[in-house]
Amino acid sequence: MGLELFLDLLSQPCRAVYIFARKNSIPFELRPVELLKGQHVKGFLPAGSQQVVPLLKDGDFVLHQSAAILIYLSCKYQVADHWYPADLQARARVHEYLGWHADFIRGTFGVCLWTQVLAPLIGAPVPEEKVTRNRAAVDSALQQLEEQVLGDKAFLAGPQLTLADLLALEELMQVVALGRDVFAGRPRLAAWRGRVEAALGADLCREARGPILNILEQAAGRQLPQPPAEFRHRMLLRLSRIP
Amino acid sequence: MGLELFLDLLSQPCRAVYIFARKNSIPFELRIVELLKGQHLSEDFALVNPAQKVPALKDGDFTLTESVAILLYLTRKFQVPDHWYPQELQARARVDEYLSWQHTNLRRHCLRALWHKIMFPVVLGEPVSPEILETTLAELDLTLQILEDNFLQDKAFLVGPHISLADLVAITELMHPVSAGCRIYDSRPKLAAWSQRVEAEVGRPLFQEAHEVILRAGNFPPADPSVKQKLLPRVMAMIG
Repeated sequence: MGLELFLDLLSQPCRAVYIFARKNSIPFELRPVELLKGQHVKGFLPAGSQQVVPLLKDGDFVLHQSAAILIYLSCKYQVADHWYPADLQARARVHEYLGWHADFIRGTFGVCLWTQVLAPLIGAPVPEEKVTRNRAAVDSALQQLEEQVLGDKAFLAGPQLTLADLLALEELMQVVALGRDVFAGRPRLAAWRGRVEAALGADLCREARGPILNILEQAAGRQLPQPPAEFRHRMLLRLSRIP
Repeated sequence: MGLELFLDLLSQPCRAVYIFARKNSIPFELRIVELLKGQHLSEDFALVNPAQKVPALKDGDFTLTESVAILLYLTRKFQVPDHWYPQELQARARVDEYLSWQHTNLRRHCLRALWHKIMFPVVLGEPVSPEILETTLAELDLTLQILEDNFLQDKAFLVGPHISLADLVAITELMHPVSAGCRIYDSRPKLAAWSQRVEAEVGRPLFQEAHEVILRAGNFPPADPSVKQKLLPRVMAMIG
């Protein structure tokens, strides 16, 4: 069995991994895992692994964490240097971005799917103050991203497209898919997005984002699977963790 | 001017960078930036590092923030022993995996444990409800279980038979709740044994020195009101 990627394209980091692997023509078996059906905790992931996606399986080797997966794929398949530059300082900038991303983007940009779709799906209440707080956190992160992180550069970690841009863009697209255009009134971010998508290809982006771009419509049309009862408890715990 | 490291050993990521640089005999000028005095918010420091964060590295014209980025930069530039960040693809991926996981998991919960138990109530005079503290400590407990079950398992160190950046980052993080009086090792003999191994590898004198500041957390005095005013918004954003 060759490389397997266990992904749910509703998840931002899963999309980043998917887009990267497809863009670089990395041969892999796609193993879809539907989080909404609780498949990640119902045996769809390799035995003994952490029950999270994205997950990579390469023979016996199992790897979690999108950043680690992207770096592994970059090195193993010897993709173009710009993705994860060999140059000492250029590579440091990618990791510097990933550190900032962990504090300000990860977690924060995923909240909207939970508050707008998943909580209502299971009939769980969402305190309005959590929504307000999250919106403020998103706004603050976007401002920092545009003014300090991106600044006058073409891409987040320097003059060329890197893993950083891929991970960041899919997080921002999560909020867009849930109905808020984060690029409106942010011309530098909008231009950056244009550059990233031009490099990746519109078709590939559209394909990866199919499920998430459809989610509100599916929710409204009651077409989303009802999460299994035993999974509800975990979802409630996840909701309680929203600051 | 050679390599400069801007650090406050109060901060976990600063401790990891400090220990790593000292352990590997990397020559650097130590620039202490005292967070509790708001020194990171000074104009002088903003000239060095507009992000106003520690740890920060300055290597000639090159300024770098984020501890993992700094650790990896030092690793590559000074060609430290391979076990810290192995060349072998899968061994290295294991370190990358840990370094990615820890940022939003162990680090987060260790930070919150220290802040909710000591820093908010005692230093900043902001009371923390028993419910919040209890939740924080419960989350820490869950994360420690993941650390043991998914990462350490039956290995000597987190990613294999040898110490790596993963262990250094983890141990410095765990010293936050330890310094706040949380007895995290009491019911976790495997983790306790691992921590002893890591300390021994680092060298106890260096380990003690790096943790001198944080180990006094139980006795920190209340902060000056003017400093508290400056620090509180940024701290609230960080602790979230």
